[in-house]
Amino acid sequence: MIDPLAWLILLPLTWAAIAFLLGPTRGGRIAQAGIALQLVLALWIATEVAGGSSRQHAAGGWRAPLGIELLADGLSAIMLLLAQAVALPLALYARAYFTDHPAGIRHFWPLAGFLLAAMNALFLSADVFNLYVTLELVGLAAVGLVASDSTAKSVAAALRYLFATLVGSGAYLLGVALLYGTYGTVSLSELAPLVEDAAPYATLLAAGLMVAGLMLKTALFPFHFWLPPAHGGAPSPVSALLSALVIKASFYLVVRLWLGLLMPVAPPAAAQLVGMLGTAAIVWGSVMALRQPRLKMLIAYSTVAQIGYLFLFFPLATHTAPDAAQSALQGAAMQAVSHGLAKAAMFGAAGVVILSTGHDQVARLGGITSRLPLTVFTLALSGVTLMGLPPSGGFIAKWLLIDGAISSGQWWWVIAMIAGGLLTAAYVFKILRHAFLEKEQSATFRRLPRMLEWPAFALALASLAIGLRASDLLRVLGAP
Amino acid sequence: MLFALTGIVLFAGGIAGMILQSHLLRKIMAFNIFGSGAFLVLVGLGQRDGQIDPVPQAMVLTGIVVSVAATALALALARRLLNLTGEMRFPREGPDD
Repeated sequence: MIDPLAWLILLPLTWAAIAFLLGPTRGGRIAQAGIALQLVLALWIATEVAGGSSRQHAAGGWRAPLGIELLADGLSAIMLLLAQAVALPLALYARAYFTDHPAGIRHFWPLAGFLLAAMNALFLSADVFNLYVTLELVGLAAVGLVASDSTAKSVAAALRYLFATLVGSGAYLLGVALLYGTYGTVSLSELAPLVEDAAPYATLLAAGLMVAGLMLKTALFPFHFWLPPAHGGAPSPVSALLSALVIKASFYLVVRLWLGLLMPVAPPAAAQLVGMLGTAAIVWGSVMALRQPRLKMLIAYSTVAQIGYLFLFFPLATHTAPDAAQSALQGAAMQAVSHGLAKAAMFGAAGVVILSTGHDQVARLGGITSRLPLTVFTLALSGVTLMGLPPSGGFIAKWLLIDGAISSGQWWWVIAMIAGGLLTAAYVFKILRHAFLEKEQSATFRRLPRMLEWPAFALALASLAIGLRASDLLRVLGAP
Repeated sequence: MLFALTGIVLFAGGIAGMILQSHLLRKIMAFNIFGSGAFLVLVGLGQRDGQIDPVPQAMVLTGIVVSVAATALALALARRLLNLTGEMRFPREGPDD
C-alpha cells in the first residue's frame, strides 16, 4: 500500500539524489517526472481531506515521542497542493532557462529536490521539534539555491540570508526548548489542550520567540532586509521558487502555531502589533518597489508588500467572532495560494525578459510588447492578481480578509488593504507603461524556446482561474 | 535550572554577537554559541527531580547534526566570498546596477 504522505517526502529526495548523479540534462527530466507524480499525490491527499478524513502516518512504524508522526489536514493539504502546482511549471521553465543560460545549473535540480522534500515534510509535520528540523532544511536548501550562480553578489546575498534564517530558527528552537521544559511534550495535538490562558512566563517567552523567529524567516517588515537581494539576485527559476513557496513555508508554520497553540496566551495587543507590521510592510514594500530601476528587484519588493497582507490574518483571527476568524483564515490561505502562483509567473516572465534582451531595466522595457507579447500578457495577468481585481484569486483573498475585518469591527484594516491595492496598481502599471512604449530600447531581442514563455503564462492564468474555483479550495481548507 | 539559565545567557550573547560582529568567522562562531545555548536549555529543562529524560537528548543530537551542516554551509560560502572579494566580511552595499 502506497502512503502518499511518506512518498511526498521520499520522492523528491530520491529524484534529487538521482539528478545529482546523472547531471543536469537527464536529471532535469527525472525531476520533472518526479514533480508530476508528487502533484498527483498532493491531489490525492486533498480529495481525501476534502472528503472529511485527515490522514496520519507514523514514519517507520515508530510512534511519538521518539518516532515522527506525519499528519495532513486541510491547511497542510492546500499548502502541499500549492507547492507541487507551482513546482511543476517551474521545472519545465527551469529546464528551458538553464539550457539557454547555464550559469548555476550544476546544483539546481538536487537542491530544488531537497527544498521540495523539506517543504513537504514541513507541511506534514505534527510536532514542534520536527518542524524545527524541516524549517532548517528548507532554509539550507534555499540558501544553496541563492548561491548557485556563485558571483560575489549572490554569495553575499546567500550568506546574509543564511544568517537571517539561522537566527530565526535559533529563536524558534529556544521556544521549543521552553515549551518542552514547561509541558514535557512537543506534539502539537498534545500541547494544544495544555496551553491555557494562565500560562507561565516561560510559555509567553516561548510564544514570543517562536513568532518573532518565524517573522524573521518570512521577511515581515522590518525583518525584510535579507529578502530583496536574495530573491532579486538569484537566477529567475530560483527567485520564483523562493518568492512563491519558501516564505510561505514559515508563514504556514506561524499560522499553524497561532491557531493550534498560541492563540489562548496571545494578548490582543500582540495581534494588533503584527497587523500593524503587516500594514507597514504593504506600504514600505510597495513604495520601494515603485522606486526600483530593475524589474527583478521591483518584483522582490512586491513580495515584501504582499507578505504584509498575509499577516493581516492575525488581528482578524485573534479573539474575534468565529466567522470573522474563519474568513480571515480563508483569506490568508487564498492570498498565500494566489500570490504564490502570480509571483512565480512574474519572476518567470522577468527571466524571459532578461534572456531575450540581456537586461531587466524597467525604463528600457520599450518594445517588448511586440516582441514578447505572451510575456507581457503574463506580467499583466499576474499583476491583476496582485492588485486584487476580480475574478482573480487575489480578489477573493482580499474580499475574504475585508469581510473578516468588517465582521470583527476592525474597519482600519480595510483602509490598509484598499490603499495597498492602489499602491500595487501603481507599480504594476509602471511596468506595463514602459512595456507598451513602441520604441524599441534594447539592442537585441533573442528568440526564445516556447517552453520558456508558456509555463510562466500557465502560472499567471492559474492565479486568475483559482478565483473561479475558490469554493473547492476553501472546502479542502474547511475540512477537519 | 543552572543549565537552562546558562543556556539563556549563551543564547542572548550569541545573538548579540551575530548582530554586532562584522567578521564572518565571528558571526559563524556566534551562531554556534546561540545554538549551543538553545540545546543547553533543552537538556537543562529536561531533567526533572534528578530523573534524566532521554527525549530532549535525542532532540539535541538531531539539532547538533543540523547545526554542523549549517556551519559547514556557512563556512563554504564565507570562503567563496573570501576568494571572490578578498575580504572576510560583507561587501558594502553598492549602487544596484
